[in-house]
Amino acid sequence: MPMAGLVLVVAFVLLALLGPLVTGDPAAQDYLATLAPPSGAHPMGTDDLGRDAFARIAHGAQVSLQAGVLSTLLAMVVGIPIGLVAGFYRRWLDPIVMRLVDVTLAFPFLVFAVGLAAIIGPSLKGVVLALGFSQLPAIIRITRGEVLAVREMDYVAAAIADGAGDGHIIFRYVLPNCASPLIVQATVAIPAAIIGEATLSFLGLGVQPPTPSWGVMLTTAQQYLSDAPWLAIWPGLMIALATLGFNLLGDGLRDVLDPRSHR
Amino acid sequence: MSLLEITDLKVGFDTEDGHVQAVRDISLTLDEGEILALCGESGCGKSVTAMSIPRLLPPATTRLTGSIRLDGRELTTLPEPEMRQVRGKTVSVVFQEPMTSLNPSFTVGYQITEVLRRHERLSRQAANQRAVELLELVGIPAPVRRMKEYPHQLSGGMRQRVMIAIAVACSPRVLIADEPTTALDVTIQAGVLDVFRDLRDRLGTAIILITHDLGVVADIADRAMVMYAGRAVEQAPVAELFARPRHPYTLGLMNALPSAAVNGRLAEIPGMVPSPLSDPDQCAFHDRCRFAQDDCRASRPPLERQGDDHLAACFHPGGQS
Amino acid sequence: MILRIDNLVKHYGPVRAVDGLSLEIGEGEVLGLVGESGSGKSTVGKCVLRLTEPTAGTIELGGRDITHLSRRAMRPLRRDVHMVFQDPFSSLNPRFTIERIVAEPLLRHKVTDRREVAGRVAAMLEKVGLRQEMRKRFPHELSGGQRQRVGLARALILEPKLVVADEPVSALDVSVQASVLNLITDLQRDMGFSCLFITHDLSVVEFLADRIAVMYLGKIVESGPTAEIFAGPRHPYTQALLSAAPVADPARQRERRRIVLGGDVPSPMDPPSGCRFHTRCPLAYDECRTSEPLLNDPRGSGHPAACHLVTADRVPDAAK
Repeated sequence: MPMAGLVLVVAFVLLALLGPLVTGDPAAQDYLATLAPPSGAHPMGTDDLGRDAFARIAHGAQVSLQAGVLSTLLAMVVGIPIGLVAGFYRRWLDPIVMRLVDVTLAFPFLVFAVGLAAIIGPSLKGVVLALGFSQLPAIIRITRGEVLAVREMDYVAAAIADGAGDGHIIFRYVLPNCASPLIVQATVAIPAAIIGEATLSFLGLGVQPPTPSWGVMLTTAQQYLSDAPWLAIWPGLMIALATLGFNLLGDGLRDVLDPRSHR
Repeated sequence: MSLLEITDLKVGFDTEDGHVQAVRDISLTLDEGEILALCGESGCGKSVTAMSIPRLLPPATTRLTGSIRLDGRELTTLPEPEMRQVRGKTVSVVFQEPMTSLNPSFTVGYQITEVLRRHERLSRQAANQRAVELLELVGIPAPVRRMKEYPHQLSGGMRQRVMIAIAVACSPRVLIADEPTTALDVTIQAGVLDVFRDLRDRLGTAIILITHDLGVVADIADRAMVMYAGRAVEQAPVAELFARPRHPYTLGLMNALPSAAVNGRLAEIPGMVPSPLSDPDQCAFHDRCRFAQDDCRASRPPLERQGDDHLAACFHPGGQS
Repeated sequence: MILRIDNLVKHYGPVRAVDGLSLEIGEGEVLGLVGESGSGKSTVGKCVLRLTEPTAGTIELGGRDITHLSRRAMRPLRRDVHMVFQDPFSSLNPRFTIERIVAEPLLRHKVTDRREVAGRVAAMLEKVGLRQEMRKRFPHELSGGQRQRVGLARALILEPKLVVADEPVSALDVSVQASVLNLITDLQRDMGFSCLFITHDLSVVEFLADRIAVMYLGKIVESGPTAEIFAGPRHPYTQALLSAAPVADPARQRERRRIVLGGDVPSPMDPPSGCRFHTRCPLAYDECRTSEPLLNDPRGSGHPAACHLVTADRVPDAAK
């Protein structure tokens, strides 16, 4: 199964990177074929303005990938150091950080993202920021939890007994031993952000038309659900497959990254 | 006829690394009121042997052959619903970890009476009364008060006593105790071992005691079986075993104890236990044995009589050539 | 004196883990610190290494008071004291190779010449009986006994004056335990370090300790030369402890007089008044409940016990 996940993820990334080179302009309109079903000229059909659905799916993949990866990266870059410091030093910082995390976690992820996106304003940058900050509390919490467990290990005590400084202990002992659950978390966060981007765009709070996005495509498709169901099926299927791929990959990584399973 | 008779028991597990043969050709008998110790080091198959009796091994991955007869009834082929009646009522188990084997969400009293009500169909009141008697039996002070307490309110020794009380609630014929005192302090261990002795004396319970501690074996067991790499290498009444160990591994274990030091040095057993994945036709202990000769590498020594009621699997018992 | 602990107190919130403990370890001496779970024996080891902050009292290492040294000031002193842990699984960083684990203390103490580090690591691994091909392996590829050898190599590579060993063989099978104990004895003889050997297992300290200190609920109840304690324990708790450990000889074990202690170890959050052992002591009388006995050595034989019943001409016998 992890292999299937890897295949799906690679296919998704290839679609995002190479697809747009093959498909041509996603904004080009074919006035003779609006709401056309899949055919040789338009393998996935066309939308109400006669735009090629495949071209839009490929360009939309790019948007999804950016939103997924960049927002997760943002959450990791900001969240891991906060979680590390809070978990390693405890003292006064830890309770403050954790109360803030608890408060933000009380809001469902998407509700929080919708609120943030509404404040920041609709654009791809807005989506990345909104989703990134919405993922932040979960990342902080997971990092802190791992740090708390690892710093109780005897090898950390041994490092202190060696006379190691905090920096050395954090970067050589604590962080590497927290890494695998965090990487696994990334594979959960990316698909969540992909769905998040689609949802925000669907609601008009994300990527704006005419930029193609799977969420924007769904918004359009909604109006033609009975006449041109393929318009909803393709973006829906893509979102499902991309999400499934990352989740399967995450399960596989969990096993591979456990140092005990090497060789 | 013995109460329990195990013949040619083989237990293996399908794992990611292949088929692991944990128990190979174990045969043993257990009489009423007898305390039999299964001893050996980690991975020797002592727990797996004992847990085969109540069939507490994961059914999906376990490959078991051979026969286990309790009171003349074959357990290996018994349908699961009937097996459930055997478990807890005729055969019961006390595990090593007293901290995790009790359910933290229910009172001690509830956990004992639940067993009584299920297996013995006692009324609530009768079950309560019996539970208090059981707590008294295992030496818990103020049993009426303890009934209302939760596991976290008890010390490790007290929890282990509660576990024993639950295990003997339905007067089992056979009690399996898997390292029951390993997690306990020595001053507590002595009291818990006394509880087992007392149960045997008063109720005639037969006990299979799984332990790595030869001191515990010497203290309480009537007979002992020493296991190595899934096989029995020696079996004898305890006094005989300690006075005249015949298998070099048994001898090695005894001499490796810190109390057996000679001139400030302990007798080591060199090398490591062989992999459970393969099983060549030779003595599994030959490469760690100082008495090993060519015949030990050429074929596997069978478990043979070395004297009255004393079995050992060695071509050169006691070091003779 | 390599180590001198004076009136050490360590409280974790309401838990009085160590409650006024004094001991000394001389050069090249092995002191066995014996106690059951909750006695506070491991906390003593952690305080000596400053892995936890003592609440009160003083710890002197090689004549220098280290009780309140800052982490930075403590760093150079860490050459002289190291630790061996109980759990061979959690005491080695799973992300480091064996070579790196053993080299860490050197690297932390500014020994950075690659040649020198590699040479010393190789020599140390040989000393603890690990083959050179182990160097590139990871901890999870080793057996419990091999891991404990790695732990010893790490603790000894800087040739410390004092080694704190916290139950280093408790997690091992008997046959493996025997070889690790022999190894510790050999290394101690060769390198001459002093050792605070913390354990619950009396037979282990009888094998390798020069002196023994017995702990109960955060205090030492008896200490003295190993042979003396085993031949004539004075404190009723020590007597009970010795009598409770079964010997691997059925004839002898079944003939022994045993002292079965009633009740449980009281909580270190709320230790009993007077003598802390009085709730379980078969000999306790009124005075034990009210006044706390101090360690005293009325015979002046270097074998003090903290019991009202120990006097110049009398030693209690809890078996009676």
